[in-house]
Order: sequence, then structure tokens, then C-alpha cells
Amino acid sequence: MKARKYFPIFVLMLVLAGIQQLTQLTGTVYYLTQMTMTAYYALLIIGLCLVMGYAGQLSLGHAGFFAIGGYTSAVLTTYDLTPLLSKGNSIISFLAASGLLVSRDNLYGEALLSVNPWIACVAAIIVTVVIAFLIGIPVLKLKGHYLAMATLGFGIIIFRVVLATEIFGEADGISDVPGFPLLPGVIVSGDFSNRVQNYYIACILLVIGFVLLQNLIDSRVGRALRAIHGSEEAANAMGVDTSRYKLYTFVLSAVFAAIAGIFLTHYNGGIGPSEAGIMKSVRYVAIVAIGGMANLWGALVMAALLNFLSLRGMFGSYDDAVFGTILIIIMLFAPHGLLRLQFWHFFKKSSGNT
Amino acid sequence: MKRFFLSTVTLLALWAMASFFAMPTAVQAKTIKVGAILAESGGASFLGGPEARTIKMLADKINAAGGINGDTIELIIKDSGGNPEKAISFAKQLIEEDKVLAILGPSTSGETMNIKKICEDGKTILLSCAAAEVIVNPVGKYVFKTPQKDSYAVKKIYMEMNKMGISKIAVLAGNTGFGKAGKEQLEALAPEFGIQILAAEVYDKAATDLSAVIAKISANNDIQAVVNWSIVPAQAIVAKNIRQAGWNVPIFQSHGFGNIKYVEAAGVAAEGIIFPAGRLLVADTLPDDNPQKKVLTQYRDEYEAKFHEPASTFGGHGYDAIMILVEAIKNAGSTDPEKVRDAIENLKGFDGTGGIFNFSPEDHNGLDIDSFAMLTVKDGKFALYNK
Amino acid sequence: MTSQLFIQYLFAGITYGSIYAIVAIGFNIIYNTTGIINFAQGEFVMLGGMIAISLHTILPLPLAIGLAVITTMIIGALIEIIFIRWLKNPSVLRMIIITIGLSILIREAALHIWGEGVRSLPYFNGNEISTIRIMGTNISPQVLWVIGVCAVIVALLSLFFKFTSLGQEMRACAANRLAATLCGISTKNMVTLSFMLSAGIGALAGCVVSPITYTQYDGGTPLAIKGFTVAVLGGLGNSMAAVIAGLLLGIIESFSVSVVPLAFQDAISIAILLTILFVRPHGLFGSKEAAGLKEF
Repeated sequence: MKARKYFPIFVLMLVLAGIQQLTQLTGTVYYLTQMTMTAYYALLIIGLCLVMGYAGQLSLGHAGFFAIGGYTSAVLTTYDLTPLLSKGNSIISFLAASGLLVSRDNLYGEALLSVNPWIACVAAIIVTVVIAFLIGIPVLKLKGHYLAMATLGFGIIIFRVVLATEIFGEADGISDVPGFPLLPGVIVSGDFSNRVQNYYIACILLVIGFVLLQNLIDSRVGRALRAIHGSEEAANAMGVDTSRYKLYTFVLSAVFAAIAGIFLTHYNGGIGPSEAGIMKSVRYVAIVAIGGMANLWGALVMAALLNFLSLRGMFGSYDDAVFGTILIIIMLFAPHGLLRLQFWHFFKKSSGNT
Repeated sequence: MKRFFLSTVTLLALWAMASFFAMPTAVQAKTIKVGAILAESGGASFLGGPEARTIKMLADKINAAGGINGDTIELIIKDSGGNPEKAISFAKQLIEEDKVLAILGPSTSGETMNIKKICEDGKTILLSCAAAEVIVNPVGKYVFKTPQKDSYAVKKIYMEMNKMGISKIAVLAGNTGFGKAGKEQLEALAPEFGIQILAAEVYDKAATDLSAVIAKISANNDIQAVVNWSIVPAQAIVAKNIRQAGWNVPIFQSHGFGNIKYVEAAGVAAEGIIFPAGRLLVADTLPDDNPQKKVLTQYRDEYEAKFHEPASTFGGHGYDAIMILVEAIKNAGSTDPEKVRDAIENLKGFDGTGGIFNFSPEDHNGLDIDSFAMLTVKDGKFALYNK
Repeated sequence: MTSQLFIQYLFAGITYGSIYAIVAIGFNIIYNTTGIINFAQGEFVMLGGMIAISLHTILPLPLAIGLAVITTMIIGALIEIIFIRWLKNPSVLRMIIITIGLSILIREAALHIWGEGVRSLPYFNGNEISTIRIMGTNISPQVLWVIGVCAVIVALLSLFFKFTSLGQEMRACAANRLAATLCGISTKNMVTLSFMLSAGIGALAGCVVSPITYTQYDGGTPLAIKGFTVAVLGGLGNSMAAVIAGLLLGIIESFSVSVVPLAFQDAISIAILLTILFVRPHGLFGSKEAAGLKEF
């Protein structure tokens, strides 16, 4: 049973490693850059898939959580505390003494003192969890279009705040975000020399996230979630604490988004307000839908494919147009996602017979 | 059977990937690869659109005329839609994969700041079309920019105000990188010129009506002039709303107003607006001995003949970016990135649309304050502002 | 705050509010007959403006606007026939995503047809700076046009739904689709009609506001978001409530400028809306029972 369950994951890992080997062999290692970025977006999208596909809650504001994670981490790791330290701020000197701050040189060789990326990362996750709880409690009481409106509204508020606040860099966003040293010698950063390492960091995170979600879905919680999706009233009557389950999955997926945001921000060395935009949230929702809603594999494959092509600028100025076309075609002709087309059913059946 | 299905899919995916990777990159002799990251679509397309069209037009023209020293330009334009994360992705792609000699653009300062380090690390020339001063201050070895510095535009405006006896102003800015940089300079330089900013507001780039905020500002009777700093259509709305409110203050705009479409959109309300800009918009009225005149009229006529739309200073930034590169390649007599970089840094007296460029190791913009002229709108057309 | 300033804020608010209200009415018409929210509603507004501007180069203004409205109505009908009519019992989520996709497509098509530049229709009366003095403040005549057209649309719509047989059939469809079918009403045609109607209203709004707001290829989405907000705030499906909610939102926005920086205007207005939504999850004027009955 267990082996069967983990077999696809094993194949996934093989494929991911195979891709890296392939790029090495063909001298096309540069593809890994966009694949790493893609993996982080995919992490967000499988998290959203849990909320949308399994708990049946639409969220049009998930880019907001990505931005909360990314921006919190970016601000903390770039905000220069040297002036405060020299002014004799006791809190800062205490922090510096306890090793929570790190100093580094910027692009022009000036020394900067800022928060340790680990602390920043933990802080960003805590902030996300708190906000997700605060938002989730009232929002998840809503249904249908009202829920769509509320999550959309949340996304807009985050976007506006980011765009209007000086500390978040307003329209320019935050640049020169340092790398994130996970372990000695292992650092999340966009330097050309760290590429293979970072590809694996992103893939491992993605696989861990995926396994976590898959186990969750196969557990008691997952059954409860499916019951909520089917009929919330029935689930309630059967003694499932629907609102609690909905809230927890919402918060969990927000954490997935935030982690994606934190890592991608360190990898890219910056973040801009476009990451918090409504179009981003819409894109994420659409990818989950194209993948087939309650289908983690579908979400994963579609996220990888569409993000990769988009990040490579495959469609030029027609990026959004191509995306919209795919969206409409799939929703019209294959509303359960591309991987569940009749064609696949046929394929599965015939393979089962042999 | 699920297993079989999945493994088949993954195998197929692997095969697809393999064929994808195996695609040979066409390497032709004697081509100079030049990348461009521009916001052809999205919120900054007012900038990226004209820039991309200009750069394409010039590359075609240069190639048709036999290229640079016999080498033709292979232009790779990437549309970032104004998104920094896409600019980052494209910059890495252009540097490592396409191994371009130089990157033209991006259109916005946020994107430029995000890829500045990537270009420095990748030792690739970046000729940004974004205005913010932080791009070249502090100087990055490989990073240049073609639009005039914001601070010069601000100084020009403040000098004019001093002449007019204006000392108390209101500042409006769009929430784009351009607006942000301008507002910062306006606030930083005000004390130097004895000017007080009594009100400052930032509006959304998609703003559709600003009469409420104009009402708020105009209620302050001490305000003698309004400075509006943006590149978006809302700058025409600002002018309209001020005049509709019956408020007759002098309106100053930034060099972002350098597009006749905005004048048309604002109609009568645009009359008398004062703003600093490169001389492209008033090319015809320049004296014949002005060294820029030939370049300006030629670019404008070619652009307008090809695209049937008025040339703007934004397209001019694209012109300057590619022509500076071309000039530097000619001067270097080589396409070695280091030599071309040195050639840009040593470029002097280059007549561009933005002004006469004089680069130096300390100045990667190369323009001085005289690259700006004060313009105004007269009978729906741009004209030199006569004090 | 002086009374003059108060009136200026009020008029600014009513202008925004009327625009939001017209978009929200468009949402509601389709929602009532189909139970779906058409996220491409904002694009109808943009299309109306764009087509009218293009036609105005060869036609006089009233004719250009009329033709633009008709063209947009045809586009609305085509969209319904091509993308929606033949779907069997689509889920709400599927419809939301299809209409979002449509909105993206229309917007991108507009970018490639009309370019990224800004355009506008001329002022219907006077020019950019002509104003009318009302209660001690200066108001652009176009503002009165917007308010007037909004009022006329609302009045005509309620007459249409009350007194014409077509309108009554559409209402029957909204109340109970099965019963309407049993009475011999072609519900499919009613849905097409509702798309035409809301496209037409959107296009007309797009023409009237064009001189004030300008028309740009990407101007539809922000309007759609605001219109959706207003429709939800009023209670989905209730057009009169949408008008009140629209005016309320517009006025909140314009007065919020006096206390918070303009940059936070959207964040503030949406935060207020969310708070209202949390307290009254079925909108300001919607009834709980009605909201419960609609399938989600």
C-alpha cells in the first residue's frame, strides 16, 4: 500500500533529477533558472489546490499571502540597522550581540547590518499565519460569490498597501535582497554559481510540500474536507467541525504561499508589487482549475508547464492572451482538467486491461 | 494501472524535455546579439511600447544598411509586462543562454534595480530606459541609463519657480516607479531652492477621476503651483480636474508629459502647462545650428512615417539606448563586451534624442541639465517656454 | 470642512458612484437570469468607449455612440452563444473562470487592436474646462451627463422589467427557471438577451464616462472589480440596491481622501466593504433567505 502510494512521488523525484542531469549533459544548465522559479510558484499552487479543490473554497487573494511572505522577509533582510546601532539603540545592540543580525556588504561595498534570514523567514511565516487566521475566520463564513469578493478584496488591500508604503519600496519593490543560507554551504540565491544547488532546494521543498498535502488528503482530515466540498450541511450534521477544517486548510495553504514567496524573493534577489497583483491571484486560481481542481498532480503539472513557458517569455506580448485562451478552452471542453480528459480515461482503461 | 499511466506520462514528458533541450541554438557568424527587456504590455506599456517599436525599427534599419562594421544585429526583445520577476528571469536568460552583448531597457526603474546586480554579476552591459537616479547613483560598472536624471528635471522646474516667485507648492505623483522617484527628488531638493511643499498626494496609475483630491488641495489657499509627476494618462486628468474646479494655478508636469497624446487627452486644460523635456518634441523650432536638430527630426519623421503615431520622448530613450550601443561598438571596433563597455564609458559628444551624451566613469548617464528645455503647451502643440 | 468643499466631495463621489452603479447593474442583469457573475462586464464598458471613439472619426457623436452600443450588444450576444449557451449545467466556479478568461482575451485583443495609448470621446457639451456652477462649486457638464444617463438607465430598466412582456419573461426566468421553461419561455434566449442588455448598458456607460476617465485597453478590469464590489455590497441581483451601494461607495471614496492619503483610498474603501460583508454576509440590502436560495 505504502509503496504504491509513494511510487509516483519516487518517479517525480527521478524526473526532477533527470532533468538536471539532462541539462548538464546538453550544456543547457540555464534552463534550471526558470525551473527553480517555476517550482516555487508550483508550491503555492498545490497549496491553493488544497483549499480550492479539496475544501471547495475559492481564494482570489493568494498572491497576497505570497507577497506577505516575500515582502516581510525582504524588508527584514534588507533594512539597514547600522544607523540605529550607532545611535545606541539598546534593542538593536542586544539583537546584534545575540547573533540575530548579520552584516554583509552591498553591491557597492558598503557594510549593511540586517536581520538574519532565518529569523526573517520565521517572522514572515508567523506574520502570514496570524493574518491568515484573522482573515480566514470571517471570510470562510461566506459562500460563493461573496467568498470570491472577500478574498479578492483581501488581495487588493495587500496590493494597495504594498504599493503605497514607503518601507515596501512602493512601485519599485525591494531589490538587493541577500541570499538565504540554509546550511553552511547551502544558500538560496540567484548567483549563477549556485544554480544546481538552488534547483534541488526548490525541488526538495516542492516534493516535501506535495507529500505533506497528499498525506493530508488521504487522512481523516482529507475525508472531512471532501465531505465539506460535497455538502457542508451534511458534513456538519455528521459531526465534522467544518469551519475549523476549512480554517486550518486555508492557513496551511497561506503558509505554502508565504514559503514560496520567501524563497523566491531570496532566489530572485528582489520582489515587486506585481507579485501581489490581482492578475497573479487569478492566474493561480486558473492553473488549479486547468489542473482539474481536486487534483494535486494536475495542479503540479499545469503549474510547472504554464509558469515555465511564461517565465521564459515563450509567448512574448501574447502571454496573457495565450493564457486566457488555454483557460477558456479547457474550461469549455475539459472542465475537470486536462489530465482527466476522456482520452486519458480511455488510455487508463486499456492499460488496466493488459 | 495508475502507475502505468503516470510513468508513461512522465516518460513522455522526459522525452519532450529531451527534444527541447537538444534543439541546437543557431549560431550564425557575424551577428551581434542584443537583448531588450521592455514592458510592451501591462501597466508600463506607455513606455515599453514606443521603446520596443523604436528599437526594432532602428535595428532593421542598421541591418538593412549593412550592419555595424559588417556585423548584423540580432535583436531579442522580451516583453516583461513591467513585472520585476519576469525581468529577472529574462535577464538571466539573455545573459547566460543567449549570451547577449548588452541588454536594452527595462522600461521601469523597479525592474532595472532588480536586474542591476544580475547584469553586474554577469558582466553584461545594461542600457536602462528608466528614469530613476538610483540606477546610476551609485555607479554600477556595467549599468548605464539614457533618460535624463530626475534631479535635473526637478531643478529645472524649481529654477523656473524661483523666477516666477513661487515658493509654496503642492505635489501630485502617480504610484509608478517614475512618480515615486520624482516625488523623492522634489522633496529632497525643495529646501535648496527655498520651496515649501504644502501637500503631497499619490494617485493610482489607473485613476479615472481626481476631482476629490484636487478639491482637497485647492482648499489650501497658500498653494501657488501644482507639480504633477507621472507617466500615466492620469496626468491629463489632473490638469482637467484642476481647471474644472476653476483653479487657476500654474501647473508643472514632469518630462513624463512628453507625449502629444496626453495633450490631446487634456484638450484645452493642457494649455499653459510647463514641463521640462528633451528637445525631440520641439525639433522643428530649434535653430538650425543646434547639433541635435538633425538627429531629432530624422528620428521623429522615420518613427511617425512607420507607425502612424506621434513620436514621444519615451521612444527617444529607446533610440538613445540602441544608438549609444551601436556607436560604442563602432568606436571599440570590436564586439568584446569589456571593450564595448569601455567605449560607452568614454563616449563623448554623442547627439541623442535626450541630449548630448558625455559619459565618464563617474557618470553613467552622460546628460547634463541643459539636456532639458522648458516646454509648454500652446494651441494644442508643444512649444518652447519663453520666460 | 467648508460647505463648498463638502459639495465638491459629494459631486466627485456621486460621479464615481454612478459609474460603479452602472457596471454593477450590468452584473446583476446577467446574474439574475443565469446565476453567474460575468467578470467580462468591465470589458464591455471599455469596448463601448473604444468602438465609439473609433467610429467618431467618421460619424457624428450620437450616431457613433449608438452604433457602438449596438456593436457591443452584438458582441455580448456572440459571447453568450459561443461560450455559454451550449454548456450543460456549468458550475459557478467554472463560469467565473470562463468569464475571467474572456475578460483577459478581450483586453488583450483591445491592446493589439487599439494599442496602449489613451483615447477619449470629446465632451458632450463644452470642452475640458467648461463648468457649470452648482451650489457654489464648479461641476463639469459631463458629470451631469453621467448622473443623468445612470438615472435614465435605472428608470428604463425598471419600466422594462415591470411593464414589457419581454422584461416579465426575464424576471420569470430569474425567479424560477424551471417554471419559466414550463410556461413556454425560452430561457436560453432570455440568457442571450440578458447578455445583450448588460453589454449595451456597459457600452453606453463606457461612452458617457470616456471624456472624464479616458478609455484604455486595460480600463475594464478595475471597473469590473469596483462594479462587482458594489453588486455584492448591495446584495447580488438587486439593481436598485446596487445604485445605492454604488453611490455609497463613491461617496465613501471621495470623502476618504480628506482624511487618508489618496494612495490608500482603495485599501480603505475595500476594508470598509469587507467589514460590512462580515457583518451582513448577504449584502446591505439582500435578504438572507434569497441569498440562501441561490445555488453557489
